[in-house]
Amino acid sequence: MTRVPLERKVLNENDRLAADLRQSFQRHGTRCVNLISSPGSGKTMLLERTLASFEPGRRVAVLTGDIQTDNDAQRLARYGFPVRQITTGGACHLDARMVTTALAEWQPDSIDLLLIENVGNLVCPTSYDLGEEARVVLLSVTEGEDKPLKYPATFSRADLVVLTKVDLLPYVPFRMDLAREYIRRVQPHAEIVELSCTSGVGLGTWRHWLDTKAGLC
Amino acid sequence: MIEEAPAIMHEMSIAGSMLKAVRAEATRNNAHVLAVGVKIGELSGVDSESLRFCFETLVQDTDLAPLALQIERLPWRHRCRQCAQDFAVQDYRTECPQCGSGDTEMAGGQELEFAYMEIEET
Repeated sequence: MTRVPLERKVLNENDRLAADLRQSFQRHGTRCVNLISSPGSGKTMLLERTLASFEPGRRVAVLTGDIQTDNDAQRLARYGFPVRQITTGGACHLDARMVTTALAEWQPDSIDLLLIENVGNLVCPTSYDLGEEARVVLLSVTEGEDKPLKYPATFSRADLVVLTKVDLLPYVPFRMDLAREYIRRVQPHAEIVELSCTSGVGLGTWRHWLDTKAGLC
Repeated sequence: MIEEAPAIMHEMSIAGSMLKAVRAEATRNNAHVLAVGVKIGELSGVDSESLRFCFETLVQDTDLAPLALQIERLPWRHRCRQCAQDFAVQDYRTECPQCGSGDTEMAGGQELEFAYMEIEET
């Protein structure tokens, strides 16, 4: 018996495809943002409010992942920007191959900002690089402030954490100071935005972050 | 086909990726693979026991069986940007145990890597 070293990543193939995507995005000036959260944290709602805030003609596109249905794509298509649904048919996360396939019918140089809504899941999407420039993790105030400690793998990779549904704070026992402290513990360098898609508070800060990240302003 | 395994949990698709790599290495070395060693970080997002279960499920009844999975778990580590101390994070405490600075950065724990294979020439 011989032991041979095998020093490479397990998700080598996904990482290779993600590196190709990242290179293509850089070449064509596309900024890509990957949104991850539990189901029901408000990813689609945030994307609706975001698309509604862009003036027509802005080169923004959305890929939205779900296990079943194209309901989210239908919701998002109303805003006049290109939207494509990725239905994973059971898989709990998007991978770089799904993104590559979904992008194949769009002109690679036609998008300045690509928003990817991952499958609602705080665990599985973590390991899969999609070639994004920034990873955004959403946490709604109805979920409990200890989510960053329960799912440190996901929060530790966040560039930005968006705390959603803050209009509900009077009705839920959510401690914002603890939430911020827990996020800071697992990812000391994450930026944090608090917002509500219902009241509109914080949406400007989110757009500013996005514009800065996307080089749109 | 191993590669077509449904990925209902992500450990299943990760196990599928591992077996694909094992098969490629076996062919390349013209050898029978007895064991594969992987390193899994505390923050890899992969549950070791789920991965083992998926791996064993996919391996059984294939020509790769029996194939052992040897998992080395790696701790969550941070490095201090002020004094360069490298330390294991315990109880979510990411501040530097040496100088007390909160200015630390991730230094390990996100690994999901192969380490080695044990092969037998055929």
